[in-house]
Amino acid sequence: MCLAVPGRILSVSGDDPITRVGRVDFGGIVKEINLAFVPDARVDDHVLVHVGFAIAVINRIEAARVFAHLREIDELTHSPPED
Amino acid sequence: MQFRDEYRDGPQARRFADAIARITTRPWTLMEVCGGQTHAIVRFGIDALLPPQIDLVHGPGCPVCVTPVEYIDKAIEIAERPEVILCSFGDMLRVPGTRGDLLAAKSRGADVRIVYSPLDAIQLARVEPARQIVFFAVGFETTAPANAMAAYQARREGIGNFSVLVSHVLVPPAMRSLLDEPTNRIQGFLAAGHVCTIMGYEEYEPIALLHRVPIVVTGFEPLDILEGIYLCIRQLEEGRAVVENQYSRSVRREGNRAAQAMMQEVFRVIPRRWRGIGDIADSGLALAAAYAGQDAECRFGSVHTGDDRRSACISGLVLRGECKPPDCPAFGIRCTPERPLGVTMVSSEGACAAYYRYRRLRGTAAGGAV
Ligand code: SF4
Repeated sequence: MCLAVPGRILSVSGDDPITRVGRVDFGGIVKEINLAFVPDARVDDHVLVHVGFAIAVINRIEAARVFAHLREIDELTHSPPED
Repeated sequence: MQFRDEYRDGPQARRFADAIARITTRPWTLMEVCGGQTHAIVRFGIDALLPPQIDLVHGPGCPVCVTPVEYIDKAIEIAERPEVILCSFGDMLRVPGTRGDLLAAKSRGADVRIVYSPLDAIQLARVEPARQIVFFAVGFETTAPANAMAAYQARREGIGNFSVLVSHVLVPPAMRSLLDEPTNRIQGFLAAGHVCTIMGYEEYEPIALLHRVPIVVTGFEPLDILEGIYLCIRQLEEGRAVVENQYSRSVRREGNRAAQAMMQEVFRVIPRRWRGIGDIADSGLALAAAYAGQDAECRFGSVHTGDDRRSACISGLVLRGECKPPDCPAFGIRCTPERPLGVTMVSSEGACAAYYRYRRLRGTAAGGAV
């Protein structure tokens, strides 16, 4: 039930902060999503969407950190396994 | 899909698993709190990639599973009123109350509709002014702001034929209650990333400190879960117990303030009974006094409910992480998703349903995409 899916904002409409909506692209499927909880979200941002609401703007820099951390712990603890 | 598929990479998952094996020197028991994480762990065979000393126990993080039976009864009784259209997330329809489930009520003629978003229910109220639209609001902190918004919009726009039946639950009080159990085996938590996207993780810091358990805020994809486990094991091995944030691409320490403000506007904190677990202080949300006009329980009066049926189902133990689904004698034999005996088999995020779907035919062997 806490499933949330990332999608990219194609366009934003509405001035009322409570009903501001974005057209959000989920890998080809486009849906209207309420943006009240991400007041800073702009076109081209990726947002995390749960039951019709964007609940976070995905931070691109932090998104790459998982992979950097993996390289780091490989170097720190061991040479990477060859596969 | 970007920000999802790259976190499902098999070779990188194995490198994380190897790193976990290299730092693990002793047995450790971790709990993933959220049913979505349980589902990913079972689906992608993440537990089978881990060294045998690490035991992942599955937590109570399935809102459908822990919704008290009396709220299922209330929903059914309200749905059976001729003027009512009851809107619910699909998962709730097969959860048994004391006298059957919402699906059975629907087949008897009750107008029960599945919605994807609480905003769909509000929209229905706008186009069906002659009917009473009731939205069955369940979920954790992840879903609470969205459901709060429905009540807020109804009040703001004066939509008189809309109300909500609220049975919301909060995660940190449940974690504390598990840790307080004398039989507790949990040494570290993977906290639920989407709950923390809303709430942040300040409220977990005293839990980590007081109970000396590492808590790692963790996402839902295989690499997220493996990194969360790595961070948790590293803390345990080093004798540390703090809150760390694996899911920093969407979680900030303070959480989502706009969403929290909406929750505070519409809801108040109350004690709540968790199905299979029992009463937990300050673990639920109900509508604030200003929203009594949007409260289905006020509008339709209090409803009589029967006793929870006694059965062979051990889902209470499964929800507390004390048993795993294959420990249940009914699992896969008398209890299946088609004929579920308990809530953890009904909900798609329940541990029993996840094991049935991904594990039944291959024992506990690894599988999936990793
Ligand atoms: S397998 Fe069925 S009967 Fe057994 S604990 Fe799970 S839901 Fe209950």
